[in-house]
Amino acid sequence: MNRIEAAFGRLRGERRKALIAYLTVGFPSMRLLEPLAACLQEGGVDLLELGIPFSDPLADGPTIQAASQKALLNGVTPGGVLKSVERLRGRGITLPIALMTYFNPVLRYGPARFCRDAVSAGADGVIVPDLPPEEAAELIRPARRENLDTIFLAAPTSPRERIRGIVRASRGFLYYVSLTGVTGARARLPVSLTDHVRLIKRMTTLPVCVGFGISRPDQVRAVTRVADGVIVGSALLAAVGRSGRPVAAASRFIRSLRRACG
Amino acid sequence: MPKTPLPDAQGRFGPYGGQFVPETLMSALKELELAYRKARRDAAFKKELSGYLAHYAGRPTPLYFAKRLSQKLGRGLRVYLKREDLLHTGAHKINNTLGQGLLTRRMGKPRVIAETGAGQHGVATATVAALLGLKCEIYMGSTDIVRQRLNVFRMELLGARVVPVDSGTRTLKDACNEALRDWVTNVRTTHYILGSVVGPHPFPAIVRDFQSVIGREARRQILRETGRLPDYVVACVGGGSNAMGIFHPFFRDRKVRLIGVEAAGRGLSSGAHAATLVEGTEGVLHGAKSLLLQDSHGQISGAHSIAAGLDYPGVGPEHSYYKKTKRARYAAVTDRQALAGFKLLAQTEGILPALEPSHALGYLVKLVPAVRRGSVVVVNLSGRGDKDVEVVAGAL
Repeated sequence: MNRIEAAFGRLRGERRKALIAYLTVGFPSMRLLEPLAACLQEGGVDLLELGIPFSDPLADGPTIQAASQKALLNGVTPGGVLKSVERLRGRGITLPIALMTYFNPVLRYGPARFCRDAVSAGADGVIVPDLPPEEAAELIRPARRENLDTIFLAAPTSPRERIRGIVRASRGFLYYVSLTGVTGARARLPVSLTDHVRLIKRMTTLPVCVGFGISRPDQVRAVTRVADGVIVGSALLAAVGRSGRPVAAASRFIRSLRRACG
Repeated sequence: MPKTPLPDAQGRFGPYGGQFVPETLMSALKELELAYRKARRDAAFKKELSGYLAHYAGRPTPLYFAKRLSQKLGRGLRVYLKREDLLHTGAHKINNTLGQGLLTRRMGKPRVIAETGAGQHGVATATVAALLGLKCEIYMGSTDIVRQRLNVFRMELLGARVVPVDSGTRTLKDACNEALRDWVTNVRTTHYILGSVVGPHPFPAIVRDFQSVIGREARRQILRETGRLPDYVVACVGGGSNAMGIFHPFFRDRKVRLIGVEAAGRGLSSGAHAATLVEGTEGVLHGAKSLLLQDSHGQISGAHSIAAGLDYPGVGPEHSYYKKTKRARYAAVTDRQALAGFKLLAQTEGILPALEPSHALGYLVKLVPAVRRGSVVVVNLSGRGDKDVEVVAGAL
């Protein structure tokens, strides 16, 4: 059993919902990764999603685009991210870690080598938003061998038969995209969201977590009434980016969501 | 030679192609594939499209024997120009936007978006949107907006909104990203009229099919004119739509040598170029596996070309397949050689070519010493040069 499965098992036992936090590695700087991860762990985050920056992040809105560009300017590479995961593990970060990136950096690194190095660094899962299950064979095969969870995304536009395929390909949890669009905070989430999540939950025993657009405690409360967890990325990066004291800002922001998450 | 038509059911051309897009778009791609498959078999659709191509766009375009250009090049070479520059809106792009525009109407979507580099595809999309009463937004890199401002003005006159893209390299690649982001957001009401043989399946096949009218006509015309097939077909390649459009109908004519000419920018060794097929490596960009320009970590490199329409670090998957199977050969010429090609055609034939096909013309000079005397060459003159006059004036 890897850390992701263990974490969701524990949450289920405690009848709690998962709070998943996303950071782009290297934003605002490489040096801040460890203190940020530590403050998220202390603040009650259940799973850490670490972004390997890509030059052309087409599923991302302006906040994560800017963070990715900054991280690339800071010299972050896929290999560098894996090394930093290893460092986090050496410094007491015990949270499950899922790596988020686009397919091209993985392909260039070599999918088999990527899975092997990710697991040996201490990562538990991988999320690739431009890789639907149909195209994922060359990632899934080595990931299964290494016991690296492949977390696929389902969207409001996914018909039932696609969701079935996504469920089959997914390990750890299923990532439900709350809205048709790119990442980034939204004032309002679609009204059909809860119905969609219920529908998916009837089709799988995997935990279903909802991401994209979520930035406020009331949204977290509404979503976790039906979903097993929420994923917060852009809003966290925005809080980190605009503050002179990024770690304190991250801590404050994440605690406000934790209370709403139960 | 493949036994079944390409792409296969997975949208693959050999190892290239596919659908590497966010899940949100997967059902839209399916919807498009089904709509296209139905339209292809529908006589009414075909009739409507060929009607617009003939009476609105100006097809068939002439295949013109460029006598003075041929003489200038020497060795008894006979150069024929496929005059796509004479089409309405000034380039081959209208062949595809008419097709996809009609498809959009059949799918019942009221809005279209597009990316554009040189602005030719943007203008062709805005034109068709006006013609069919569709709402239209065009994404264009802010660098390109400056160097192709005449086309920006044209799009606005046609009622489209031009959205400047300030991310990344601020050129065609980033305009593509932004158009895809828009499509992810508005997929239920919007069709993305992709302008080249790139992107996720079924776009490379759809755009190729709509552009193949170029090669079908050229093949018929050269046979009528010379009684034989050409020795060479030469076209410039950015994303590769005009090249695939003229190559594809010659695919089975194994003796016809197909040559794609990419932009070597300031020289291949300078790193400032867009020679994806010549210099690129395998990867995934904008929804398809193909060759692309990238660094050792899989980050996409910025491309460079004096021709905004070639300034793209990716290329259509079918071209990568043609290269891998050696069905086509790919070469690259520099900004300077392209400018020489521009001047050569202007002064021998009185035709101002766009900077993109100027690359194909510039390549002829390099080709001459290598060919058999009296060879017949068809060059796809994919667009006219009015949009480039300022850039050329600045560079010459």
